[in-house]
Amino acid sequence: MDSSTTESPKKKDLTLGDNEQWLHMYQQMCKIRAFEENANELYLSAKMPGLTHLYIGEEAIAVGVCEVLRQDDYITSTHRGHGHCLAKGAAVDRMFAELLGKEAGYCRGKGGSMHIADQERGNLGANAIVGGSAGIATGAAMSIKMRGTDQVAVCFFGEGALGQGLLYEVMNMAQLWKYPVIYVCENNLYNEYTHYSETTAGRLLDRPKAFGIHAVEVNGQDVREVYATMTQLVDRTRAGEGPAFLLGHTYRYRGHHVGDINREYYRSKEEEQHWMTERDPLKILSDWLIQEKLAEAQLFDQIQNEVYSEVEAAVKFALEAPYPDESEVDMHVYA
Amino acid sequence: MSMPENGRIITFGEAIREALAEELRRDERVFIIGEDVGEAGTPFKVLSGLIDEFGPERIIDSPISEPGITGMGVGAAMTGMRPVVDIMFGDFATLIMDQMVNQAAKTHYMSGGKLNVPLVLRTTMGAGRRSAAQHSQSLHAWLSHIPGLKVALPATPYDAKGLMKTAIRDENPVVIFEDKMMYQLKGPVPEVEYTIPFGVADIKRQGSDVTLVATSSMVHVALEAADELAEVEISAEVIDPRTTLPLDKVTLIESAKKTSRAIVIDEGYESYGVGAEIAAVIAEGAFYYLDAPVRRMGAMDVPIPFSPVLEDLTIPTPAGVVELARTLCGKN
Repeated sequence: MDSSTTESPKKKDLTLGDNEQWLHMYQQMCKIRAFEENANELYLSAKMPGLTHLYIGEEAIAVGVCEVLRQDDYITSTHRGHGHCLAKGAAVDRMFAELLGKEAGYCRGKGGSMHIADQERGNLGANAIVGGSAGIATGAAMSIKMRGTDQVAVCFFGEGALGQGLLYEVMNMAQLWKYPVIYVCENNLYNEYTHYSETTAGRLLDRPKAFGIHAVEVNGQDVREVYATMTQLVDRTRAGEGPAFLLGHTYRYRGHHVGDINREYYRSKEEEQHWMTERDPLKILSDWLIQEKLAEAQLFDQIQNEVYSEVEAAVKFALEAPYPDESEVDMHVYA
Repeated sequence: MSMPENGRIITFGEAIREALAEELRRDERVFIIGEDVGEAGTPFKVLSGLIDEFGPERIIDSPISEPGITGMGVGAAMTGMRPVVDIMFGDFATLIMDQMVNQAAKTHYMSGGKLNVPLVLRTTMGAGRRSAAQHSQSLHAWLSHIPGLKVALPATPYDAKGLMKTAIRDENPVVIFEDKMMYQLKGPVPEVEYTIPFGVADIKRQGSDVTLVATSSMVHVALEAADELAEVEISAEVIDPRTTLPLDKVTLIESAKKTSRAIVIDEGYESYGVGAEIAAVIAEGAFYYLDAPVRRMGAMDVPIPFSPVLEDLTIPTPAGVVELARTLCGKN
């Protein structure tokens, strides 16, 4: 793939970030939140078939990571994948159309919430098997190395995927053969309805480190930290130094899926409240920009208004969009 | 029968190696990954010498990580490469099922036709090698059950080469099962370039009294049985579907209509197997032409035993096919 057509690398420094870029990241995080709130509404009002898994609270990781990537870099995503997809540049209208099973969706309605793929922006697809895409992302990195391009592949997964053996098989090979892949582990504390401390022995970062993989952790609620760290990781991986592992500490504000409403049996409302008020990624970024006098408070209201209008228009588009024709049912089984 | 009458005689293993070498030469996107595929050339020595011509960048010795290399094959295939993943024993299909069934097979459909997975998975099948229960199974029915995959079972050197070349050029995930007892089997293979289309059965022997549908090494069991049946004036037609997915239903049904009797011989476990599917296809498509129920012969429904005395009881034999065919034809 021709890398000359892609954007130039972003700046590294946490505090020397381009103001316009911080605002763009705010807008992207805001878009993900607005998307997810509307997805939840579509579920609650019985307009969306099936269930969906909301990314609210974790926005800074998807945005901080994808903001560093070029369009031709690859990502693989998870069942909680809307944030990754939007952060990689997908359009909200076609995403809602996919959530509603409409022909205008990214996968013609055949994938749904858990399988959105957007190959034009390097998104190789969300995956409903926990850890299931670790092989795909590592294989994409293998392909990059074989084709001799300077792309990178990013594998998003939650801390629950640390229980899957596949991940360790491919991390071993990625390090052995210096593949350009970055494993991004979003530790939102819960493997579905179980706190990760009940399922995970030892320290999380010791696992990639056992293979000699360069591994770092960040406050996943601060997009500046995610972005700055990811910039360093992408630079070294693009330079041929092999894989890296980024552990982001974050929190899932909502349930495992939209139907997981009563959560007291596995976590307290106080805990949820603490993260939402004290560690909200949008608030952390806007507070900092205001404090540094890089932006006025009303600018964020303006961004929010614009984003929510765009998202509402996208919902309307998706609701009115036609379903696929019945003749589609056995189309695309084979290429 | 599409096998040429004249031409070089080479082994089944050599035919596979030749197909891989030609495709590696033709298309720089093709590579092979697997356990001991390089210097060792696999335990069956089918890949011997490939590393000398193509180097370790394209003939990649992997750790013992079947799910990992299969998953990486899927990812590499999705992003412009043409991987051939080598899974030493078909029994290890158990280890790679998520990557084949949930990932490779569904990616094209789930993405609305945008992503392709041109992956070839080579593996083995077949008992009789005294390898016991975890190295002797024929699990091709499992993968033949999955929409989105293609499954090929060559029975001759000619078919092995042509089907392999087609598999590598296909845009979809293809699984090739090779009977490990056939690698030394010899047969004619032309030196000129050829491929064999999927979904086209091969009539290995013409006949008029009974149809023997057979896959992989069972084709040779059926051919031997057909020779013996000729001596008692039963004319057996031997049909090799060559691919179980897609399946050439028309040829199977037409043959059964012509002979009015059919036996399906396949080395997978007899229950819920490829034999059951083919028998159902014939029963549905040729019912009013049949003079006898369609019969299945498969591996006995037991874990494959080690003791040779026991193992040999589990596999269909020419004598068994002859006996059943004589019964169906009323010539006991």
